[in-house]
Amino acid sequence: MNYTLNVNGKSRSVDVAPDTPMLWILRDHLDLVGAKYGCGGGFCGACTVHADGVAIRSCQFTAAEMSGKKIVTIEGLSEHGTHPLQRAWCELDVAQCGYCQAGQIMNAAELLAKHPHPTDADIDTAMAGNLCRCATYTRIRAAIHQAAGQSAT
Amino acid sequence: MNSAIAPTLPPSEGALDRRSFLRLSALAGGGFMLGFYLKSAGTALAEEVGAASPGEFVPNNYLRIAPDGTVTIFSTRPEIGQGIKTSLPMLVAEELDVDWASVKVMSAVLDQTSGNPNPQSAGGSTSTPQSFNQMRQLGAGARAVLVEAAAQTWGVPAAECSTAHGEVRHVASGKKLAYGSLVAKAATLPPPTGVTLKDPKDFKIIGTRVSGVDNPALVTGQPLFGIDVKVPGMAYAILEKCPVFGGTAVSANLDEVKKLPGVKDAFILTGVRGVASGVAIVANSTWAAFSARQQLKVTWNEGGGANQSWTEMTRQAQAAGAQAADGDGDVFVGAAKVIEATYSFPYISHANLEPQNCTAHVTADSAEIWVPTQNPPSAVNSVAGATGLTAAQIKVHVTRSGGGFGRRLQTEYAAEAAAISQKAGMPVKLTWSREDDLRHDLYRPAGFNFLRGAVDAAGKISAWRDLAVTFGGGGGGGRGGRGGGAMLLPPGAGAVFAQAAAPGAAGAAPARGGARGGGARGGGARGGGGFPGGFVQNFSTRGAQVASNVPTTAWRAPGDCTAMWVSQSFLDELAHAAGRDPLEFKLEHLGAGPAGAYRDRVIPVVKLAAEKLGWGAKLPKGRGQGIAFSFSHQGYVAHAVEVTVSPAGKLKVDRVVSAVDVGSVIVNLSGAENQVEGSVVDALSTLMFPALNIEKGRIVQSNFDEYELLRMPDAPAKIEVHFLKTNNGPTGLGEPAFSALAPAVCNAIFAATGIRVRELPLSRTSLKWS
Repeated sequence: MNYTLNVNGKSRSVDVAPDTPMLWILRDHLDLVGAKYGCGGGFCGACTVHADGVAIRSCQFTAAEMSGKKIVTIEGLSEHGTHPLQRAWCELDVAQCGYCQAGQIMNAAELLAKHPHPTDADIDTAMAGNLCRCATYTRIRAAIHQAAGQSAT
Repeated sequence: MNSAIAPTLPPSEGALDRRSFLRLSALAGGGFMLGFYLKSAGTALAEEVGAASPGEFVPNNYLRIAPDGTVTIFSTRPEIGQGIKTSLPMLVAEELDVDWASVKVMSAVLDQTSGNPNPQSAGGSTSTPQSFNQMRQLGAGARAVLVEAAAQTWGVPAAECSTAHGEVRHVASGKKLAYGSLVAKAATLPPPTGVTLKDPKDFKIIGTRVSGVDNPALVTGQPLFGIDVKVPGMAYAILEKCPVFGGTAVSANLDEVKKLPGVKDAFILTGVRGVASGVAIVANSTWAAFSARQQLKVTWNEGGGANQSWTEMTRQAQAAGAQAADGDGDVFVGAAKVIEATYSFPYISHANLEPQNCTAHVTADSAEIWVPTQNPPSAVNSVAGATGLTAAQIKVHVTRSGGGFGRRLQTEYAAEAAAISQKAGMPVKLTWSREDDLRHDLYRPAGFNFLRGAVDAAGKISAWRDLAVTFGGGGGGGRGGRGGGAMLLPPGAGAVFAQAAAPGAAGAAPARGGARGGGARGGGARGGGGFPGGFVQNFSTRGAQVASNVPTTAWRAPGDCTAMWVSQSFLDELAHAAGRDPLEFKLEHLGAGPAGAYRDRVIPVVKLAAEKLGWGAKLPKGRGQGIAFSFSHQGYVAHAVEVTVSPAGKLKVDRVVSAVDVGSVIVNLSGAENQVEGSVVDALSTLMFPALNIEKGRIVQSNFDEYELLRMPDAPAKIEVHFLKTNNGPTGLGEPAFSALAPAVCNAIFAATGIRVRELPLSRTSLKWS
């Protein structure tokens, strides 16, 4: 099937099986590999992207479900990699292996859009769906606070 | 070699130039000698993209300096999250005396031909101790040549010149020349005959906080990992393996599968060296391969492993434990107090968040692979074994790894990808599903420890016996890696088989035990060495093994990661049995032990952690402090923690204070703290959540809904890391801070609630109190 998708502000056409998850469309067909495959079941959050500003697990949605929505991936979060979260992640050297971090940042970006000054509890609740196998959680918390322009609460 | 394939990944990859190679050899008795030997050009790797441009100064295989002053440093150790791609180049840059901002770091392909004295592998926290001085000498040697070039240009003695910020300076005349302007001349000069390393007090880069070199690419989603590789003409593959370890594929509905949308090929792989028998599907996208797999029907010969269950293995371990007292003799007679305890821990997976994967292009006379691995030389062996090609015909591109933890020391997934590419006749990317990854890992060994300890009337430990029951000997289902234990047991299993009681050597820093990574090590006690061996009277450990063919391998801080939990928890039990403050009790026993590096280094970290935590604070019931220490992978670490346990049994780790002695120098302070923080939270996660069950020879859990790991709400509110710098060579940090955390938390739980945790994961023990 042919689908037209709006990805990072551009109209992209793909020819895929109707049940193809958005994650694999991004990775295999559009060469946007920032969203990562970690579990395929929506448990780990490594594949998080935005659909109309809402953080979703891209492994759980098909092209048909994403048609007409504005999809933003980590590659499109900012033009030059300068979103406050991206800057904070680099400044605080959050990543270890780094595999989950694009998903963490996309999830955190939705949090900050809704709660510009989150508390630790807000962060813990919002980020509970994103696994970090290297367990960099304390730096992720700190980076979200830094991006929000505040210190830990 | 096939050089037609231009990978999109890794973008930063370049070749090590063949023209020269710097060989370093350490001399016993101090000091280093520097020697170069020239390597001939024209090998396959010289054709790699990124060969040096004309006009560049290439003093050795790790370093290039361009006329515009750009310094390129090649990172040869696999980056798995330990930060080595940043920290080792920092060492080169420091001694070269350039600004970090002028440095570009690129990943190196595997160099199979050089006799490289600096192994291209990452494991056992060995990269820093092995490479610390080597990397510095690489930079210092190049700096010496640049100084000579400037000295000749000016007609002054080299001794009158100094360097800073990528320039050579002649102090007396005030002349300066940037390195870039010296490269043409430097390229004509002979290598230096010796170099002088900086005095550590002059370090400008080492010891600072440097953000990881790949961070900008990571936060913008650029391709870096094995799973991100795409090469022209590539197909996408899966391999369905028998859910029972050691089982083989008999037949499958291949004709039906081949007709499914997007499927290019499907076939049974069996009898391929290093590859578990299974069915491969090759398709035109990952999803097409995953979807076709849902329609795959395989008839398996499950083999002898199909009767295995964790329930039965547990029963046999308990039966073996019933014989634990057999060798005790009379050492417990007359003790003031004797306590017994059984500790147990399950199999767990490495659960790298990036599932195992490999891209391979195998032709009649060559193989090229792109692989996330800790062990590139092993990948060569895996591919050679599976394809029949020689090592010289195999080219390995090492990508960033989405987690290592010991799993990626094994490279059977490279053999699988190569075998599939060879049979399908096209380049393929093999991607394991999460379910594959959990069910076909090589696991952290499970084990039981049956302990008995005594304290005398003076409150001192008078005897400590530990029977460690491991699982293994069944060949790991024909897979690579290590078996669960060192020795085979007769069928029926359960007999005590070995005496392994030699106490730890007094004096020098203890060497690592021989049972690395295999089973729970003798006694859960020796671990990386040290306490209780040599520190406790009448200390003995023995081992027994229950038959299992569940494959196991190294898992972060192998051996120590479980052994320290057992021994440091039991030590705490003995302190309470003696009615003593645990910290005083532990320090007293350490202080009375044999003099030597272990004692001299472990006591200060224990004291520092306790002091920084504020040990001894009066806390209400439900709150408690705990402390534990370890020597693991050359690092000395103590963790002191404070926890709150609600009456309903909910654990909250409020504070962790970590005192760490990994020698005289911390290379990258940011990276080092990150490793300790990550070790703390990973260890807490491993304490609290993961466990695998085995039924009918199969791993029961399939994904992260059933195989739980810690998430942000359970991460400690605060982790404080204190590095205690001592006059010892710098050592690694991927593993040392892992093993003492779980016992510190369990000891704090006991202080808070009176409940002793003796079974992992923690979720199996109710922490309710009233």
